[in-house]
Amino acid sequence: MNTDIIIKNLSLLTPELIVTGTLCFVLLGHAFDRKNSQLYVLLSFAGMLTALFTLTSYIGVKSSVFSGMLNVDPFATYFKIVIVFATLVILVMSRFSDEVNNETETVGEYYFLILSMCLGMMFMVGASNLIMMYLSLEMTGLTAYVASGFTRKAKDSSEASLKYLLYGAFSSGVMLYGISLIYGLTGTLNIAGINHVLLQGSANGWALSIASIFIIVGFGYKISAVPFHYWTPDVYEGAPVTITAFLSVASKAAGFAMMMRAFKVMFIDSSAVSVLAGTWTFIHGVQIQNVLIILSVLTMTLGNLVALWQDNMKRLLAYSSIAQAGYMLLGLAVLSNDGFAAVMIYFVVYLFMNLGAFYVVMLISNKINSEHIDKYKGLGRKSPFLSVALAVFLISLTGLPPTAGFIGKWMIFLSLINAKMIALAIIGVLNSVISLYYYVRVIRNMFLRDEQEAGERMTFPYAQQILLLSLLIPTLYFGLFFNQLIEFAQFSVAMVGVK
Amino acid sequence: MIPLNYYLLLSAFMFCCGVLGVVVRRNAIVVFMSIELMLNAVNLTLVAYSAFLGDVTGQMLVFFVMVVAAAEAAVGLAIIISLFRNKQTVNVDELNILKW
Repeated sequence: MNTDIIIKNLSLLTPELIVTGTLCFVLLGHAFDRKNSQLYVLLSFAGMLTALFTLTSYIGVKSSVFSGMLNVDPFATYFKIVIVFATLVILVMSRFSDEVNNETETVGEYYFLILSMCLGMMFMVGASNLIMMYLSLEMTGLTAYVASGFTRKAKDSSEASLKYLLYGAFSSGVMLYGISLIYGLTGTLNIAGINHVLLQGSANGWALSIASIFIIVGFGYKISAVPFHYWTPDVYEGAPVTITAFLSVASKAAGFAMMMRAFKVMFIDSSAVSVLAGTWTFIHGVQIQNVLIILSVLTMTLGNLVALWQDNMKRLLAYSSIAQAGYMLLGLAVLSNDGFAAVMIYFVVYLFMNLGAFYVVMLISNKINSEHIDKYKGLGRKSPFLSVALAVFLISLTGLPPTAGFIGKWMIFLSLINAKMIALAIIGVLNSVISLYYYVRVIRNMFLRDEQEAGERMTFPYAQQILLLSLLIPTLYFGLFFNQLIEFAQFSVAMVGVK
Repeated sequence: MIPLNYYLLLSAFMFCCGVLGVVVRRNAIVVFMSIELMLNAVNLTLVAYSAFLGDVTGQMLVFFVMVVAAAEAAVGLAIIISLFRNKQTVNVDELNILKW
């Protein structure tokens, strides 16, 4: 490989290079000026904004770099935009978070960790080789373990961190075993190459099923699908709110993107596409569509049922995010471009509503130092703007019109109905009805229950309200004007290595 | 020459021992060692396949796995120490502030 090719390949990875440069600067800045968190935020924000602008110029580029290790295609670019945008929101959120700012000595490391997580996720969505998938998964994971234990003095934070580490290391070990079996069966680690060998049908079907199930364990852990979800509530409750919000949106998006690419490129029989519904089938021997369906039904049902009796807002949102992953898995289990596009639309919507909900929880916890649901009583009077915003986010998470959450769910159910999987669509709708109960419980506490002692009015600086507005407006906007989003998602389904 | 199956059976056995250790043992450090055992079982599978297929990609992945395992051990032990400072224990059963 000569220099020209390397430079050409690197130029396709400009956004990643910008993020890498930014995180190096943040780490250097930390060496010179330890406590200047303003500096780190400005530096990282500027870097991420540049990365976002560069990303927009890669829309439509479809290419493979570094001998098939990474793909730069519309699919990856779409998810990179989601991840970088989430990072931008989290950076500003962290600036406002008392929890983070109280760690004055190490606040620079915090921003460094956020940026390296973002970098790992950007590699995850483009990875097209099992080596690259494993490495980027671990890069995101290792930084996330440290970040979730960032508030070192807090007992529950270090506990969350250890649990995350043990579950993460275990499931990536299982996934790696699956990878090694796939390698043995096919003799290659490139996902397109694996597909090519599998289509010839020489591989042992029994070993292949075991290997694909092992790989699902790794993905399932990353997207917190039941039964690999045990870490989620504990980590989400113990970690700082900003990290929780980041994990629940960006890490889940990256995990989904990697899973979608792996399944579509590696395990789909491209010769057997149903013309009528546009659905695909798995290669003979890897019949894991039923596994996906069972996973998604279990994930949303258990997530919703357990959320019913949660009293901690962070834990409630953790179970709600498990349930949301269940809905998205439905879109994946459809195995069609429609279903994939629906999942991608859902992620944009989910980005705004879930980050918004966590942001309100963080602002309230800054004031009253509690995330208990009973402490939300009478909040509607103390801070009307925040309460209305939280209500909108929760209604959107339920999936009621006219919010964006409705569009997200509607597209997923539509793709299910198009593929004649009506029973699954009905289970999804029933689950949304269950979820209404616990979301409304929070709203009822805020507006209809009065606290015994009349609390003081809470006021928030304008800067904090602007961030809240910039999450609130898209949540409502995409509920009404969604055509462009849908077109963009349908355009971005295209991947390298798939006809 | 020893047939491929022997290597695969040994590595499957090692992997099962690792999984069993993670499930049964209660000391966080021992759990961690069991996870390392799982990773080494994977390495053995990869090396065996790589030698029998006459292809180097598998051995390449082994290097990466070893590096990641080292990084994971560093991060993991650091987290265990920070937990020990807070709670004076590394027993996973006593990590119960958050419900499991």
